[in-house]
Amino acid sequence: MSQAVGINFKKSSIDALIAGFMALILFGPIVGVVLDGYGFNAEFGRVAWMVGIVVVGRFIMSSFFQTEKGKALAFRYANNNEGVEVLPPGHKSKMVWIIPLVIVIGLVLPFIASKYILTVVILGLIYVLLGLGLNIVVGLAGLLDLGFVGFYAIGAYGLALGYENLGLGFWSMLPIAAIMAAVAGAILGFPVLRMHGDYLAIVTLGFGEIIRLILTNWASFTHGPNGVSAPLPTLFGLEFKRRSSDGQTFHEFFNLPYDSAYKYMFVYLILFVVVWAVLFIKHRLVKMPIGRAWEALREDEIACRSLGLNHVLVKLSAFMLGASTGGLAGVFFASYQGFVNPSSFTFFESALILAIVVLGGMGSTLGVVIAAFCLTVLPEVLREFAEYRVLMFGILMVVMMIWKPRGIVRVTRTGFAARKGVVK
Amino acid sequence: MDIVLQQLVNGLTLGSVYGLIAIGYTMVYGIIGMINFAHGDVYMVSAYITAIALALLTFFGIESFPIILVGTLFLTVAVTGAYGWVIERIAYRPLRSSSRLSVLISAIGMSLILQNYVQLSQGANQQGVPTLLTGALRFHVGDGFVQITYMKLLILFISILGMGVLTYVIQKTKLGRMCRATQQDRKMASILGIDTDKVISTVFVIGAVMAALAGVLVTLDYGAFDFYVGFIIGIKAFTAAVLGGIGSLPGAMLGGLILGLSEALFAGLISSDYKDVFSFSLLVLILIVRPSGLLGKPEVEKV
Repeated sequence: MSQAVGINFKKSSIDALIAGFMALILFGPIVGVVLDGYGFNAEFGRVAWMVGIVVVGRFIMSSFFQTEKGKALAFRYANNNEGVEVLPPGHKSKMVWIIPLVIVIGLVLPFIASKYILTVVILGLIYVLLGLGLNIVVGLAGLLDLGFVGFYAIGAYGLALGYENLGLGFWSMLPIAAIMAAVAGAILGFPVLRMHGDYLAIVTLGFGEIIRLILTNWASFTHGPNGVSAPLPTLFGLEFKRRSSDGQTFHEFFNLPYDSAYKYMFVYLILFVVVWAVLFIKHRLVKMPIGRAWEALREDEIACRSLGLNHVLVKLSAFMLGASTGGLAGVFFASYQGFVNPSSFTFFESALILAIVVLGGMGSTLGVVIAAFCLTVLPEVLREFAEYRVLMFGILMVVMMIWKPRGIVRVTRTGFAARKGVVK
Repeated sequence: MDIVLQQLVNGLTLGSVYGLIAIGYTMVYGIIGMINFAHGDVYMVSAYITAIALALLTFFGIESFPIILVGTLFLTVAVTGAYGWVIERIAYRPLRSSSRLSVLISAIGMSLILQNYVQLSQGANQQGVPTLLTGALRFHVGDGFVQITYMKLLILFISILGMGVLTYVIQKTKLGRMCRATQQDRKMASILGIDTDKVISTVFVIGAVMAALAGVLVTLDYGAFDFYVGFIIGIKAFTAAVLGGIGSLPGAMLGGLILGLSEALFAGLISSDYKDVFSFSLLVLILIVRPSGLLGKPEVEKV
């Protein structure tokens, strides 16, 4: 280009004025006129601020995209076609040392951290589990599940009601809850997965609500909004209570003074092991034919079907596996809280788990783990911003989809090479 | 007997409201093939704007009901239409060439943004509007009677009017031809000189306007609302759209009526606690038995 491109400030100003006018129409009534009974309180100061921000922001943006740099950025964005990064065959990651390090830190943590930190970390790990479960469904298989919290509720209520009605404890419910959630996933998923993917989103959304409505309304069985209490895990029959009704308690057996932190340490350790097991299973599954089939089906369903993949069964396997992970997380949640009620299983939870998967990167394990901790631990730290949480999640989802649909952590995969001695 | 008739009357008005909202889902799905999850929240925004418009009009001392009604309708439709346009511009247009999953997630994000934005600026409490139109028609049936309030008649009248105008616009005007052409084949339409981006924007505005009509009517009739009302009514309107055949305009209206009637009968005769469960189960059932809906065409996947 021979001549420098100047910025057309007239155009930028017009853009900014139009944006400001739209902002005035949008924000004027909702932000400026706060309902108070049948009357209202005027809050025009807030509107002026927001409109001002929009006008200035639009002006800067419009001017920036007229500069060389801005045009280059817009061009790069328009051709943003990033996929999975394929590494050369035989690639060895330099980050191998990090896994033993994390395991060691994770095992030492309960003995040095305070009870409060431990409870926050347990919550973080439960969301890691949920995020991993949903990541199989959304990230790998490309099915949008908006009722994931339904499976979580099945796990949590399975433990609480199983203990109350059948006397089943934590250890027997752990596998049963996973199976129950998987069966529920199969019943829900089988009819819907035959159809176009978008329907699944709304059906699962309805399913999550049905579960919550039933838990709230079927008071004779679920005790309605009052909730049910759930048991703690036991160590070979040793309970973590101060006094046991039958048999010995943990601290009596080991001659330790009673400390309520023991139960959190124990829940944490089991959870830690389960999260690693799920991570390992997922890591292996992705490399197996079924994992490849999930990703292939996500990328191009028609091509996969014409190559003879049974798309319903492949999708169903991902859906059930994700659901069972959600069920596991539910058991831990109920046990850790000692109590469940329907208000823990609203659509907001589903949205939170989806935000974890979206932020972490679809299909990326590391990203999901980091995102789960960020989105659950940060609100604990920044309590004064708690009411802006949902707004942040929403903005995060829209911005991530526009800017980096594959998440912050890019998915990498080691390529294949023919084995030695194979004729090419 | 009178209970059944009364529930049929209630179901008819409920159904016409579902139909109005379902139009937004079905038109957007028809034209860009995505489920606009934020549509229920557009309805919720319109409920708030109705109350705000009423408060403003009363503040300026306007008392007569027709002027209040027309003024509220006008303000709500205008502002909600602007919301529809801006939502499409921000959350969906940049993703025109992205995968369907990205668009769906962006729509969920938009829905969360709208809910929380209204909650933060208006407070989380339930809000209400005063009853403006009272009185009812009563018919004696056997021992009891069936009551149709004037408000319910107004709902029916305005819904039918709105749907009639929309049908005329889509079938007879140039704008409607452009919409139908874009729905049939977006690429070909743009080759033939139709500004498809503009048509898509228009469709979002039309959907939002229809939701705004429903918002004004339901708010005036029912009185109470909060920032969460859009969620349940959104799923139900989507059920109506699927029931009628998604992508089909008459289907949305028919589906709305059937869903409204069956839900009202279920609530009146069996259990009102589980009426939402009934509607959601109906959605799953339709998808299993007849995914293309009553008036929809079976979906053909193209490579």
